[in-house]
Amino acid sequence: MSKRDRSPKTYTRLTHPLVRDSRDEPFRRATWEEALDRAARGLARNRDAFGLFSCARATNEMNYVAQKFARVVMGTNNVDSCNRTCHAPSVAGLSAAFGSGGGTSSYEEIEHTDVIVMWGSNARFAHPIFFQHVLKGIRNGARMYAVDPRRTSTAEWAESWMGLNVGTDIPMAHAIGREIIHAGLANEAFIERATSGFEEYKNLVEPWTPSLAEKVTGVPAAAIRELAHAYARAERAQLCWTLGITEHHNGTDNVRALINLSLLTGHVGRYGSGLQPLRGQNNVQGGGDMGAIPNRLPGFQDILDPDVRVKFESAWDTVIQPHYGLNLTEMFEAMEDGSLEAVYCIGENPAQSEADSERAVRRLKALDFLVVQDIFLTKTAELADVVLPATAGWAETDGTTTNSERRVQRVRKAVTPPGEAREDIDIICDLAARLGHDWKYADAETVWNELRAVSPDHYGMTYERLDEHQGIQWPCPNTDAVEPTYLHGRLWETDPSRRGPLAPFGLVQHDPPVDLTDDRYPIRLTTGRRLDSYNTGVQSGGYASPLRRGEFIELSPEDAERYGVVVGEHIRVTSRRGSVTAPVWVDTALRPGLAFMTMHFPDEVDTNALTIEANCPIAGTAEFKASAIRIEKLPVATIVG
Amino acid sequence: MTVTPLGIPRRMLEFTIDGEEARVPEGSTVLDACRAAGKDVPTLCEGDTLRPKNACRVCVVEVEGARTLVPACSRKAEPGMEVRTDTERARHSRKVVLELLASSVDLSTTPKVAGWLKEYEAKPDRFGPDAARLDEEPRIDNDLYVRDYDKCILCYKCVDACGDQWQNTFAISVAGRGFDARIAVEHDAPLTDSACVYCGNCIEVCPTGALSFKSEFDMRAAGTWDESAQTETTTVCAYCGVGCNLTLHVQDNEIVKVTSPHDNPVTHGNLCIKGRFGYQHVQNRG
Amino acid sequence: MDLHFGDSKPTDDERAAVDALLGPPESSWEGADRSDSDLRWARGGREARDRRHLLLPGLHAINDRIGWISDGALDYLCRRLTVPPAEAYGVATFYAMFSVKPRPATVLHVCTDLACAAAGAPQLWAGIEARLGLGSGVAVERSPCLGLCERAPAALAIKAGDPVRTAVSAPTTVEQAVLAASAPDSAPEEPPAALAVPQAGQDGLMLLHRVGVVDPSSLDDYRAHGGYTALRRAFELGPAGVIREVTDSGLVGRGGAAFPTGRKWQATASQPDHPHYLVCNADESEPGTFKDRVLMEGDPYALVEAMTIAGYATGAHKGHLYLRGEYPRALHLLEHAIGQARARGLLGDDVLGQGYAFDIEIRRGAGAYICGEETALFNSIEGYRGEPRSKPPFPVEKGLFGKPTVENNVETLVNVLPVLTMGAPAYAAIGTGRSTGPKLFCVSGSVERPGVYEVPFGATLGDVLTLAGVRAGLRAVLLGGAAGGFVRADELDIPLTFEGTREAGTTLGSGVVMAFDDSVPLPRLLLRIAEFFRDESCGQCVPCRVGTVRQEEALHRIVERTGADAAGDIALLREVGRAMRDASICGLGQTAWNAVESAIDRLGAYE
Repeated sequence: MSKRDRSPKTYTRLTHPLVRDSRDEPFRRATWEEALDRAARGLARNRDAFGLFSCARATNEMNYVAQKFARVVMGTNNVDSCNRTCHAPSVAGLSAAFGSGGGTSSYEEIEHTDVIVMWGSNARFAHPIFFQHVLKGIRNGARMYAVDPRRTSTAEWAESWMGLNVGTDIPMAHAIGREIIHAGLANEAFIERATSGFEEYKNLVEPWTPSLAEKVTGVPAAAIRELAHAYARAERAQLCWTLGITEHHNGTDNVRALINLSLLTGHVGRYGSGLQPLRGQNNVQGGGDMGAIPNRLPGFQDILDPDVRVKFESAWDTVIQPHYGLNLTEMFEAMEDGSLEAVYCIGENPAQSEADSERAVRRLKALDFLVVQDIFLTKTAELADVVLPATAGWAETDGTTTNSERRVQRVRKAVTPPGEAREDIDIICDLAARLGHDWKYADAETVWNELRAVSPDHYGMTYERLDEHQGIQWPCPNTDAVEPTYLHGRLWETDPSRRGPLAPFGLVQHDPPVDLTDDRYPIRLTTGRRLDSYNTGVQSGGYASPLRRGEFIELSPEDAERYGVVVGEHIRVTSRRGSVTAPVWVDTALRPGLAFMTMHFPDEVDTNALTIEANCPIAGTAEFKASAIRIEKLPVATIVG
Repeated sequence: MTVTPLGIPRRMLEFTIDGEEARVPEGSTVLDACRAAGKDVPTLCEGDTLRPKNACRVCVVEVEGARTLVPACSRKAEPGMEVRTDTERARHSRKVVLELLASSVDLSTTPKVAGWLKEYEAKPDRFGPDAARLDEEPRIDNDLYVRDYDKCILCYKCVDACGDQWQNTFAISVAGRGFDARIAVEHDAPLTDSACVYCGNCIEVCPTGALSFKSEFDMRAAGTWDESAQTETTTVCAYCGVGCNLTLHVQDNEIVKVTSPHDNPVTHGNLCIKGRFGYQHVQNRG
Repeated sequence: MDLHFGDSKPTDDERAAVDALLGPPESSWEGADRSDSDLRWARGGREARDRRHLLLPGLHAINDRIGWISDGALDYLCRRLTVPPAEAYGVATFYAMFSVKPRPATVLHVCTDLACAAAGAPQLWAGIEARLGLGSGVAVERSPCLGLCERAPAALAIKAGDPVRTAVSAPTTVEQAVLAASAPDSAPEEPPAALAVPQAGQDGLMLLHRVGVVDPSSLDDYRAHGGYTALRRAFELGPAGVIREVTDSGLVGRGGAAFPTGRKWQATASQPDHPHYLVCNADESEPGTFKDRVLMEGDPYALVEAMTIAGYATGAHKGHLYLRGEYPRALHLLEHAIGQARARGLLGDDVLGQGYAFDIEIRRGAGAYICGEETALFNSIEGYRGEPRSKPPFPVEKGLFGKPTVENNVETLVNVLPVLTMGAPAYAAIGTGRSTGPKLFCVSGSVERPGVYEVPFGATLGDVLTLAGVRAGLRAVLLGGAAGGFVRADELDIPLTFEGTREAGTTLGSGVVMAFDDSVPLPRLLLRIAEFFRDESCGQCVPCRVGTVRQEEALHRIVERTGADAAGDIALLREVGRAMRDASICGLGQTAWNAVESAIDRLGAYE
């Protein structure tokens, strides 16, 4: 078939503030003065029912100021960002095991490791330059193993690809753990010295024989055994994952199950051995590090720690609520019951990025007041009372972002923003001023230095040093040294006092996807990214990618034949929550009963009308990766060819 | 400079360049040593992120005892070597190589080459008006970049960047042989039918402008391309969380080209399609 | 690897051709039908990528069966071997014998090179083209030297099918060439190799003594004539002893570079990296050269035995025999000989019961002179374009598959047999001090009895020409082939030794002695040489890729000019030639100007 001429919806930059007097009226242009006044009034009247969506796309500096706005100006810890929709389980799982939510190793290390496990990660498409480091490793002799329901481009590079059933990661991990234990390959010295809960873990995984795992996961026992042996016998090994692990209703449990394997083998805390969750957005790491999450203050410091609170209270001259705020998922639930009435949404598009998007829109509409600060009039912005035009963090402002290997890097202003668009920090500060807080930041560096003063992990990173080193990885407590590229080397210390807290095994149980397949919804739909597109397509729709072909429902050749559908034919796709029509694509990487879609073209096909909002109780991430659907031919065939 | 961890120390070896003592770490090339010694040795196919291909042969120098000239870019320095960079013999070969290239390839957008042609008194015209040229038309088959093989010196850098040294996509190869050899995708198809993933890492390493952003190609055609009016600002990509460094080339407040620093620990000069080309959204200014 | 494949599918024949070489595909990822287990577990990685070296045999398999390589066939081969299609396309288009465009199943290669041109190839070509035009079912292609110079003019017909059929017609006529092309099976049998050896059966021959005497397909006959005594001797001596003998014999490489063979073996044997490889360079493509073909066709077991000895001495357990693609009879005989040797335990896990494992794999070239360059040959075997690598590192350190490799040409290896059977001192006593042993010369052109001649080193050019019966009116002799140089008719006392030719300012090269009389237009000959280099340049480095074109253009301009009219272009040629010699990567570019230069300086061409 020829490629469709699909110019996706392109968004034009916002150049001036927009307001409206009631929700049924259209937007009208407003001055900054008016827009900010209205925003301030709208927030002021909802002081006790306020939540802030910060932006995983903006700079650390902006995130720092935004969370400070929530905590100091609005007196709430209800601040979160879209990291909830992707990697919050990684942060939660890693912090539970190691006390810190970052990936434990660095890109460079993967070039010098022996075994690489890519689990639920199509990094070749989703993180192409990280995958170049993986390829360097492979060229240097590392063996790569891929665990993924689809045989993705990433999996095609693997020594061995294992196509497990969606949502059976824990059985797979437990079976690997059991095999390692039974084969006598567990690193007993490390387990003894650095971990806790091994006996319980051993009992937990004992039932997961390779043959039981084969029944549950669909992957041959021999393949599971091979991976277990390869991982355990490697002198160095890296375990990497992406949203295939986290976007489940038990995402944090999945993460814990993988971390267990590293504890079992001692593949953590050493050069070349570690755990790498690959982050989906340019500053999703930094947003959390800056405290734009409901349970942590800047520097990933726990709100429940009184000493920490005291430090921030004196630094900010305020009182910090001594409890966790609501996360993004909980904030949406709070909209439902009316306990959240106003939202300040900066650079996020939850109307399209949330699972079960129809419900998300309904909830946003129910708010008393919504102010959206963005560079485009997104679907979310269309629901707002006030829209504030901002700058593109990466090209129109100065500051820093933090990447998946915890490297803080400088972003710099290269172009002048259009029209009256203003920098996020300036807008927030103007709002803060209207709400009684007179903050003055001469520039991004001033914000950064304020952050450095309260975050020991960032203290050593002056702008000057960030320039000099092309970015520095946290932790960096000193201005005259850089730390090792990997975290948790302490676990290998012989002196218990230097070793610190033991890393507990996660005692997690298999819990299959919430949205069960049955006779009415017989196909498992999973989701992911394509190489040239990104999230809801607001950014990536702006350029003319020759690879782009729009949204499709991808089916296995067998299913296409069974349903009598052909490439390009529009069909109806229905889940228990919603229904869309989409054209068919046939992908040999899929097996019968497994379908694939992306969320890149929500204006064309609203994939999230199908997905289920079954959330991880710990991290709040929804189960984007596992919906049950059925497909039906349309009465009159429409074939785009 | 703050403390950074160093690798295992390398042995130093000593030799001479143009009669002067040179001292470089083991594993250095003659070119590394020449550059360290401030010698101006021209290079075209050499790439700082790629293994030396030594295909262009403009960097040849004389090494005592060697039957032929040796390419400085790929020859490893050896203890006791006597290297001469500026002999009549080396200069002659460089001159002829430049003439051969300039008489067959459009070098109008190759940086520095005009200066070298002058310095080596190269006269490409002397092969006569009928001297065979590549005679290729620009291939414009997608909206992101243009392949103008009339400017291709067949340095292999794009092939190496697309291949096992970086991208591992293997969309392009050298096809054919001799003077008829060309860079091509499989079956010499349009790029859009190939394995190309439009990362643009080939453009990043192209030394002649044979591969260029469509934006640059169009602006050159319109006569509006003006590097002196451009700023280069390095920032971080706005897409996934890998944190690739982008250098935005901006002219008249428009991003016209994106590169990446070759010494960057995250990218080593490489980007993906989104980082390289996905900037347009910021300048959809209505 | 995440390879991209287009929509083109292989035909059943194409698939069968590939499967015949590789066996049926093991999983749907390689092209079999999809199965449930494939969709749960796929193997790949290193093992899959390591099949790259089967690319060239795979391309041959398709080309042999179909006559050309379609998109679908190439894609299928790539899927089977985990090779990116773009790279495979680059490889397929590198070789002259392959076509990626549709063409008739039969291709007739008509040699238009030096010896054949002097024997009327242009008229032959015109006649054949007139008979086999479009629609004849035969594609007629001009070929560089086919290595049949003793029977010029020559043609080679290849008819794709299962099996592929070939017919050599030489000396040929329009009629015979057309017959060979239209019905290769019924074309007359080629004359035996012995006919290329006018000395056949004479006493005292050391390299050619079995040619025309033994049945080249009979291992027993070979053994009845002294075969495998050298290998037995080698086992007695042990590897170090063999290397000592070879070193003491003074044997140097016969391919043209004249590197001491013992030193090369020692350097390979002493490399700590393993495995070691042995490569026999039988890609005899230097225009005017055909001695290796005659050896392989007349005495194939000698090469098998010699390779076994070389492998034993250098610690290799695998020998690759890279055979010129245009040598169908040598291929057939060597395949048979290797099979017989295997069956008799002379190759395999336990050679001669001595606990030494060695085997030989034949790899066919596909029409690329450059693959005679040792490192280009490695790339060709490994499944890459046959482009030379830069040296250092040298093959003894990093050769085939990056491992220590000893590469010798056929004649060099066959010399090892007399070295061992007669002992180094006796061997070294033959020839001159610095050029020891016997030497083969390929004499062609204006002589009564063209063929391969074996003489001890030290014989003069005149001696060799006299043996071959040089005809009257000798104008010039080309020594060493296209990469060699011309000498005048009054220089026949040049001793044909490495040092003798060097002192005379010329080269022995590969042993070509091609005589030209007054009737041959020298400028045309030079133009043909220039065309040859332009066609055969791999294109990797600028001096050679563009330099060979500029050389041809200049020679074209002055083909009818002399004196002052040619002086400007001759000066240009000198400048370009000097840069090619100094700055090219490999011997091809470095020598591409030799013959022309010698014709200008020695013969006074264009004066």
